[in-house]
Amino acid sequence: MGSFATNYEEIVAVLLFVIGMSNLVFQPNLLKKIIGLDIMDAAVYLFLAAKGYIEGRTAPIVVDGILDASHYINPVPAGLVLTGIVVSVSVSALMMALTVCLYREYHTLNIDEIMMKLRKEED
Amino acid sequence: MTELRIILLVFLLVCAIAVSFSKNLLISVVIYMAFSLIMAIIWLILESPDLAITEAAVGAGVTSILFFVTLKKIRSIKTTAEEDIDE
Amino acid sequence: MSKKNPNYQNSFADKFTRWVKGDYDPIEGQMEMNAPDKEVFGDERIRYVHLHIVKSNNYSERMFEEGLAKNVRRFTGLYKIFGVIVSVFIACLLLWTVSFLPKFGDPNAPENNEVATRYIEQGLSETGAVNIVTGMILDYRAFDTFGESCVLFVASCCVLILLRVDKDEDPESRAIEDMNDRHYEPRNDTILQKVADFLVPLMIIFGIYVVLNGHISPGGGFSGGAIIGSGLILYLTAYGFEKTQRFMNEKVVKALTVGALTFYCFAKSYSFYTGANHLHSIITPGTPGNILSAGLIVYLNICVGIVVACTMYSFYTLFRKGGI
Repeated sequence: MGSFATNYEEIVAVLLFVIGMSNLVFQPNLLKKIIGLDIMDAAVYLFLAAKGYIEGRTAPIVVDGILDASHYINPVPAGLVLTGIVVSVSVSALMMALTVCLYREYHTLNIDEIMMKLRKEED
Repeated sequence: MTELRIILLVFLLVCAIAVSFSKNLLISVVIYMAFSLIMAIIWLILESPDLAITEAAVGAGVTSILFFVTLKKIRSIKTTAEEDIDE
Repeated sequence: MSKKNPNYQNSFADKFTRWVKGDYDPIEGQMEMNAPDKEVFGDERIRYVHLHIVKSNNYSERMFEEGLAKNVRRFTGLYKIFGVIVSVFIACLLLWTVSFLPKFGDPNAPENNEVATRYIEQGLSETGAVNIVTGMILDYRAFDTFGESCVLFVASCCVLILLRVDKDEDPESRAIEDMNDRHYEPRNDTILQKVADFLVPLMIIFGIYVVLNGHISPGGGFSGGAIIGSGLILYLTAYGFEKTQRFMNEKVVKALTVGALTFYCFAKSYSFYTGANHLHSIITPGTPGNILSAGLIVYLNICVGIVVACTMYSFYTLFRKGGI
């Protein structure tokens, strides 16, 4: 249990993940569900970047020709997160387009009402 | 530095909770924008300036613009439908 | 309701049988029929059929919703309980895991292994990029970034499919979309135009700076492309589609994106082919720190920037009027 006193970033990342997930589970509004998914994305990125950070070192940009690994933080998580951020935008744009299509069809953003209307159409 | 980290992280949590409890969709989107900006500052503190600049441009900029345009589109569809009903 | 019933002609079973055979409509048929009571429709199937016929009838709709509402309420209650249980369980599990992780900022943590060390120590001499993250994502893991650019392209294609309003097939809906487009904002807003006059050139120049300096300072194709895209979006918001269509229409966006992706693919294929086979390559790392150094990274950054800028711009236009 020793890590709880120092790993604030990881704890907050876990809490943000759960908040985003409960947004996704409990919110009936589709746009809020999309925001919840974005929050979950941000939580995962925060966790990754926090694991790459090393106390007292600088960003991985070579300054003054110092090529010592003990001088820079870990560049691997930064590269992973960089690709992830841009993909998450395209994912949310795609989901927003689907939301607009659903709204055009059913005139509501509430997922429960959409399901009711769908079920009535099926009957 | 630890105090600043804690303050920013607490603000992040507050923003995330406020998104789910705000009644107005526009307000949720604006809160999400603030969330992304705080995230950009946290990337800077975590010594990842690449991530900070990308998050500020993409998360706080483009995603929020897309949310706003979606809200506007939905509202215009609503007004068109209401006009149709009135006619 | 047996056949011995003398009033069989008027009984419900007979009416139902005749309705099934298609003789008459039980509600709007020739025979008069009172609004059915709930007891009569004890049989679940009959009730279902009845509801099916008179969909427009308010009464039956209400009954349908009452029947459904009970199930929905029960389901919602269970759903909420299970949701809370699962959320709390996941939170506890993940927090329990966090307690076993190495301390924040620990240099001896297992993820700071030989991969990161090798990237830092050999990165500058092998790729020529001062910014090690850019050297990593555009040289060592370049095909990963290529796939990601393709993800952006495919996403914009999907949004195009979902939101497209066809000009030729349906001119009316096109006109409606155009009319709705400016429904909530003033046309030719002076304040917005003055601000855009000042900000758009700065934004686009800053974006180009970030793209071109991706290998010697923080930034790169993704962030620079997003900044250029935001500049274009601001210009579009201020001046409307007539002005932007002169230089950013569907053909230009398509040509830029596909051209950038093709160039990326061929350049990186050449680089991997010569690099992996120890053939002579014309690509040299150059002097670290110069703009035209780091081999292909500058050109790949420009390609990624073009793809990202076009994607962001086309997302915005597709959401606004259903066409680039």
